[in-house]
Amino acid sequence: MNGHSAIRNPQSAIPITFTLNGKPVSLGVDPAARLLDTLRYQLALTGTKEGCGEGECGACTVYLDGVPVNSCLVPTYQVRGQRVETVESLEPGALEPFERCGATQCGACTPGVVMTASWIREHPELLATHSIRELMAGNLCRCTGYDGIVDSVAEALREPGSGKRDT
Amino acid sequence: MNVLLPGSLPEALDMLASDGAAIPIAGGTDLLVHWPVRVDAHDRTYVDLSRLDALKPLSWTADELVLGGLTTYWDVIRDARAAQEFPLLGNAARQVGAIQIQARGTWAGNIVNASPAADGVPVLMAYDAVVVLESRRGREQVPLDRFYSGYKEMRRHPDQLVVEIRIPRRPYSYQVFEKVGGRRAQAIAKVGLAVTRSGAGWRVVAASVAPTIRRCPAVERLLETGTAIASPEALLPAVARDVAPIDDIRSSARYRTHVMARLLYHDLRDFWGKRG
Ligand SMILES: Cc1cc2nc3c(=O)[nH]c(=O)nc-3n(C[C@@H](O)[C@@H](O)[C@H](O)COP(=O)(O)OP(=O)(O)OC[C@H]3O[C@@H](n4cnc5c(N)ncnc54)[C@H](O)[C@@H]3O)c2cc1C
Ligand code: FES
Ligand code: FES
Repeated sequence: MNGHSAIRNPQSAIPITFTLNGKPVSLGVDPAARLLDTLRYQLALTGTKEGCGEGECGACTVYLDGVPVNSCLVPTYQVRGQRVETVESLEPGALEPFERCGATQCGACTPGVVMTASWIREHPELLATHSIRELMAGNLCRCTGYDGIVDSVAEALREPGSGKRDT
Repeated sequence: MNVLLPGSLPEALDMLASDGAAIPIAGGTDLLVHWPVRVDAHDRTYVDLSRLDALKPLSWTADELVLGGLTTYWDVIRDARAAQEFPLLGNAARQVGAIQIQARGTWAGNIVNASPAADGVPVLMAYDAVVVLESRRGREQVPLDRFYSGYKEMRRHPDQLVVEIRIPRRPYSYQVFEKVGGRRAQAIAKVGLAVTRSGAGWRVVAASVAPTIRRCPAVERLLETGTAIASPEALLPAVARDVAPIDDIRSSARYRTHVMARLLYHDLRDFWGKRG
């Protein structure tokens, strides 16, 4: 689809620079590209998934300047000068509590779930005002029911150390 | 598709003034939904507001809370003072999608998107918010309760940006926001209700029951008389006068009018109970 708009496009690629998983990246992007498309098809980071394309499911969750956002709703030109982190930036260990608690089945939601969960883990102060369930409400899962996911986040919070890989 | 990337507010206003069809884009949580298949939307020109730092902060003056044109739901949720003085703002913000949407979606975008089911607009309206519009022609202030004239019709010209939303600081003796929908988060409201009472009087604002979010003057007048209401049915005539429910797939008109009367009655019963 982006191919179509690129063909009819009066504007050529927009040059942007941003920080991706700790490293600077410069590239030209189609004005119609969503961050999700740029990550998957231009930068070959396919860990970020597309579920619904309408902001409902959270499978496409990445961090933009440190906060979870749906990359299917972010035009890529908007990340110029900002920090983007994808699921590829997490330690493999970030997944373990989910495996232990039976919170991964088909796995379609898992990259997004682990991103939001790791963010909560980095910001335990949020639990003074929010429940884990409320913070995870933007990540839908058709398979597991949410108890396993909530348990995994709670368990991850009890473990020492951070989910983030040092870059 | 054309994207214009202004670095400052004056530059953005120039761009909007010279292209009457250009569309401002802020958080993109309305504009980007189903983006790949909305091919017609790709033929437009967009003005990216995301770098206009002057529009970002939320600030306090002696008598107003001022939300910038780019203030997000998450900005308000994190502001402890806002939670204390204007609890309905945080309450509504926490019901708009979840963190991924709250971090990107803006209050100004919610106003201009003009959905009759919006959650940000009713609470702003119940607090007598004023929309500050700016273009190269100057600044204009429009009370939010006079901003909409019909379904998706509003007092904003294409060259104008919402640069501020100003909310008067007042002591409130009553405030409540309710939304009856399919699911708590990630749902578009079936019926929304924001009610406040301050020295300025009662404000009753209904969502999803008319082509625009609107105040309910008949219900407000009834409440000003101070008569206690014995049952939800006693509210029905005033509610029916104020709302014109949209009979769409989400729920029927009759159902919405009744839900609205019942919600209002149950909220206010607590208030009357406390007083009496
Ligand atoms: C999954 C999901 C769940 C949602 N749930 C809810 C919900 O429960 N309740 C609810 O009310 N909403 C909900 N929304 C919609 C909500 O996110 C938006 O209404 C949001 O507030 C729009 O802000 P934005 O900055 O993202 O707007 P954008 O998408 O950038 O723009 C929206 C409109 O506003 C215009 N605009 C934006 N900023 C300005 C400005 N400063 N001046 C002039 N025009 C401007 C744009 O041109 C466009 O017409 C949901 C959205 C999604 C994707
Ligand atoms: S694909 Fe982005 S939220 Fe579902
Ligand atoms: S594991 Fe299948 S959607 Fe979550």
